[in-house]
Amino acid sequence: MTDETTHALAFTPEDLPEKGSFLKPHRIVLMLVFAALVVAVAVFMRWDWLPRYLPRLGSGILVSLAMLFGTAILGFLLAVPLGLAQVTGPWFLKAPARVFCTIIRGTPLLLQLWLLYYGLGSLFPQFPWIRHSFLWPYLREAWPYGVAALTISFAAYEGEVMRGAFAGVPAGELEAARAYGMRRWTMFRRIWLPRAIHRALPTLNGETVLQLKSTPLVATITVVDVYAVISKVRQETYLTYEPLLLLALIYMCLTGILVVAFRYFENRIPTRGA
Amino acid sequence: MAADSFINWSLLSLSAPGWGGVLLQGFLHSIEIAIGGYALGLVLGVGGAFGKLYGGPILRDLLECYTTIVRAVPELVLILLLYYAGTDLLNQLLGAAGFGPVDISGLMAGIFVIGVVQGAYSTEVLRGAIKAVPAGQIEAARAYGMSPVKVLRRITLPAMLPYAIPGLANLWLIATKDTALLAVVGFSELTLVTRQAAGATKAYFLFFCAAGTLYLALTLVSNVFIGIIERHARRGFAEQR
Repeated sequence: MTDETTHALAFTPEDLPEKGSFLKPHRIVLMLVFAALVVAVAVFMRWDWLPRYLPRLGSGILVSLAMLFGTAILGFLLAVPLGLAQVTGPWFLKAPARVFCTIIRGTPLLLQLWLLYYGLGSLFPQFPWIRHSFLWPYLREAWPYGVAALTISFAAYEGEVMRGAFAGVPAGELEAARAYGMRRWTMFRRIWLPRAIHRALPTLNGETVLQLKSTPLVATITVVDVYAVISKVRQETYLTYEPLLLLALIYMCLTGILVVAFRYFENRIPTRGA
Repeated sequence: MAADSFINWSLLSLSAPGWGGVLLQGFLHSIEIAIGGYALGLVLGVGGAFGKLYGGPILRDLLECYTTIVRAVPELVLILLLYYAGTDLLNQLLGAAGFGPVDISGLMAGIFVIGVVQGAYSTEVLRGAIKAVPAGQIEAARAYGMSPVKVLRRITLPAMLPYAIPGLANLWLIATKDTALLAVVGFSELTLVTRQAAGATKAYFLFFCAAGTLYLALTLVSNVFIGIIERHARRGFAEQR
């Protein structure tokens, strides 16, 4: 996936408004209209269920965030070897890495998730040695399958991003490192990887927002994230719109916080000519 | 356990005891929704992109809100919201106009939902592509006295296509995969049908892998066509290395 497509799919730091130019007369009018809308929603819709569910909503948000950061970090650790194998690996590493990325990127995440949870989950109990292993208490729960599916998906998309980033590091820099007498591992650790991550950073930020947008899928395999809490509210209160509007608001806030944090970190990395 | 009982291929047969026909029917539904949603998204996207670039300040801000919300909220949440709100709104409008409530077909609702989501994405893709067209070309067209519509038809749209096609191709692939999310609202597209088949026969691996193969085949076939279209659109461009 190209950089521009990630930007088109996810709200990224480039979309944050510039300071100073934000407040214009028509914006103030629009904001007043919007505020009136919010007040109308708050007054005319039913929100009396909210206090009862607040603690559960909080823990749901924490589960969603844990899913996001856990899978993004694990997925990125997998993505680096995947990208590297596709750029310099011998054919017996290159081919499987490419096939892996193609298959994962070519099928819906929901299907992969259900394949792991229902497929593997129904297969595991048939093997006694798995049932007696120390992993069994975890394998009976839903979240490991959610983590696995989200990690694999993130790794495949990021593997493709890292492939481009590794290939895009100028050959002269690597030659210079070699001329300094660096060994291959030193060169990778000091030059190649940091430069590749630097190049891929804007895309990685966008992909992390996309990963946040994928996390509610784990609610379909009974992981109780914020989406699942809202579904529970909808079942118990027979309300349709209020919980969903709140959910959309929660995700917008999460995305906003994530994007502001990314911009802060991006600004701390010196970039030539920027 | 013998190998032939481990994988029971007859479950995939097209006629009644097998689920192959049902699976293909679901696949067809998925493709229909993907095509419809993608087309609706393109229409919204062209409008949105031009509104964002050439519209007035209020229109621009409203479109910015639209694309920001869609790009910040998970598709799953949007699909639920649009699905209920869209059908509700239509029925209320019909009620106000004096007609009874209608049962909106899942296909139409699915296309509407995917289209609105895709519309925001393609707005962004097309906006970037239009901005990549050299301003001199559009100015030259205006200097020739072409009307705005004619500039759009003769210059802007054809000239932006090479820049837009990679992004639009990705959006098509995303549209095909986003149709799977409609399983959550109970529309019988490929993923939901697969889950029903797997649940009924307990052959989870077989059915999920079969569905995965169908999705993958759709992606790979699409990729072939995308390659052809891309080469056609980029003819005359200097080869980039």
